[in-house]
Amino acid sequence: MTKTLLNIVGLKKSFGSLHILRGVDLSLGESKKVVLIGPSGSGKTTLLRCINHLEKPDGGHIYLDGKLIGEKKVGDRVVKMSERELAAQRCEMGFVFQNFYLWPHLTVQENVALAPWRVRGMPRAEAMDLAAKMLEKVHMAHKSSEYPERLSGGQQQRVGIARALAQQPKVILFDEPTSALDPELVGEVLGVIQELAAEGRSMVLVTHEIRFARDVADEVIFMDGGNIVESGHPSEVIDNPQHERTKRFLGQLGAG
Amino acid sequence: MMNMLADLQSFFAVYPEKWSSWSPDILRAIRTTLWITAGSFLLGLVIGLFLAIARLSKSAMIRNAATVYVEIARGVPALVVLFLIYFGLPPLGIAFDAIPSAILGLGLSSGGYFAEIFRAGIIATHRGQREAGHAVGMTPFQIYRFIIIPQATRIALPPLVNMLITLLKDSSLASLISAPEIMLRAKDISSTDFLPLHILVLAGVIYLAMAVPLSLLARIIERRMFAGLGARL
Amino acid sequence: MLPDLLQRIPTYLQVLLQGAGITVVITIGALLIAVSVGLTLAVLRTFRLPFVSGFVNVYVEVFRGIPPLTLLFIIYFGLTYIGIRLSPLPAAIIGLGLSGGAYCTEIFRSGISALHHGQREAAAAIGMTPMMAMRYVILPQAFRITLPPLGNYAVGLVKDTAVASAVAAPEILFRARNLTTETFDTALIYVLVACLYFAMTFPIARWVGHLEKKRSSWS
Repeated sequence: MTKTLLNIVGLKKSFGSLHILRGVDLSLGESKKVVLIGPSGSGKTTLLRCINHLEKPDGGHIYLDGKLIGEKKVGDRVVKMSERELAAQRCEMGFVFQNFYLWPHLTVQENVALAPWRVRGMPRAEAMDLAAKMLEKVHMAHKSSEYPERLSGGQQQRVGIARALAQQPKVILFDEPTSALDPELVGEVLGVIQELAAEGRSMVLVTHEIRFARDVADEVIFMDGGNIVESGHPSEVIDNPQHERTKRFLGQLGAG
Repeated sequence: MMNMLADLQSFFAVYPEKWSSWSPDILRAIRTTLWITAGSFLLGLVIGLFLAIARLSKSAMIRNAATVYVEIARGVPALVVLFLIYFGLPPLGIAFDAIPSAILGLGLSSGGYFAEIFRAGIIATHRGQREAGHAVGMTPFQIYRFIIIPQATRIALPPLVNMLITLLKDSSLASLISAPEIMLRAKDISSTDFLPLHILVLAGVIYLAMAVPLSLLARIIERRMFAGLGARL
Repeated sequence: MLPDLLQRIPTYLQVLLQGAGITVVITIGALLIAVSVGLTLAVLRTFRLPFVSGFVNVYVEVFRGIPPLTLLFIIYFGLTYIGIRLSPLPAAIIGLGLSGGAYCTEIFRSGISALHHGQREAAAAIGMTPMMAMRYVILPQAFRITLPPLGNYAVGLVKDTAVASAVAAPEILFRARNLTTETFDTALIYVLVACLYFAMTFPIARWVGHLEKKRSSWS
């Protein structure tokens, strides 16, 4: 039985009167890949962003490797962590943004090396070495001294992935990594993600690429209206959906 | 037509004649102008930096105090502040000389504008980049230090150069509190030599000689920045 | 001390408010000149005629680089050398107006160029001449875009009128200076002056802030 890496229990999140997450449970085993699919507004992105507390949940708990995320036990109460404690926890989770969000005033290599150097306190030379290795992994080493605005979307996203890898994280979270890309650039990014998956990395992905989900996922979760509607092995959920809503969603996407 | 050319010629002929008697005073006056400009720029910059940070503070009291300062500094003419300091304080026991009064007054007044420039630079740093900073585990302080401030400074550069030009021009107000800068000298010379147009136009040209290169510099910086930072992120 | 203060303030304010009237006159006069000059020069520049563009650029650089005080002195004192004697009020209005004209040219220029190139093409496509396009499509929209920066300019203008005191225009600061020589109540008088200017600029500044908020909501 694989060890549970990530455990989410009863997660709730509202924006004002809008209930985005209505009590969601999810667990991720080590080296496993979970893919979240669903229509816009289903809560899948919010769920992802709650995991590393880019959004603060309104209810429920998240455990990474058995430790509470974003909260701590004080006596027998559970209180919210300070920003600094939270920052330390985020080091263990890599996050890849839909819009890459590379830092424009730094070169590609500096972008990847910044966190190991300044956050984890690595000596600069060592951090730059680590960055070079991560850039090799995503096949972007040849652009190390370029600035982000000179790169294509696909290239920027791969650098974003390298930046997340440089944290040597326990889990990598992908927020629709290819949705902002021109179609012909999608493949290079999916290729890199697939290579990482094959290495045995633990991942949670939110994506619209159903075919890709089928290839990479150990578990596919379909969300709608803030709840998990259906979940299971990709061949079940995607090829043989049980619920009406799942069928309708996949039919709309013309998946398969 | 020939008449006009002859007039212009005799107009400009005055300058080489008068240069030797005017130049020592004028050169000294230019130095005073530069001191006042530089001094008030630095003072305003420091005040503005503090105010900008204060306006982003968690404490409502600090935020509001800073906002009040900025609103007042932007709503009251610099000349009035100069008069208040130079004429209004001595009866209350605090007397500053003309040049320090000018630097203090222009610095306090421009601080409000510097605050807005820095605030705009900080805000302009896209939210996504801050999130990326959070995602790699940076503390809020680290995000400020490595992501926001480097970029805010770049964004603020053109408006900061423009503030320098503004303060250069505002230094002329110091003539009205008897600071021995360009305009005061110009008025002195115009009343002794009865050549008001010549000396005042010369004064104008001197200001232009400093302001125009600065404004070109600002535009060059702006152009290079927009090429460098790009609009995508 | 306090009742004495309360007696002095209204007396001073009475005098200062007379100056405020002149301040308003100077502001409105200079504003009209500045906006007319600015609009004309900005529109002229869009026609890309070689000498015209050069002239506009020189005008803008010169009148933005010279301190308003210097310009006022040139107009009020300097021009007497060639026989032109203006009284303080017209000198102030013309000086501030010409100076502001440079500033307004830049405001209108960026307002016009902010409009998508495609708008001009669309106007041409439905058969408008460049003149008509300017009148019916570009300028109305440019006006909306330029209102906030113009408002900011107006605020600056109100404050700039204070230099008119140096050429003896009977506006607020001039009256204040006379008052201080009579009463020696310097600190109080200048504080009142500051409050008066603030009372005039603050409403405009608020209105501009309100405009900018509205604009960002539908841009």
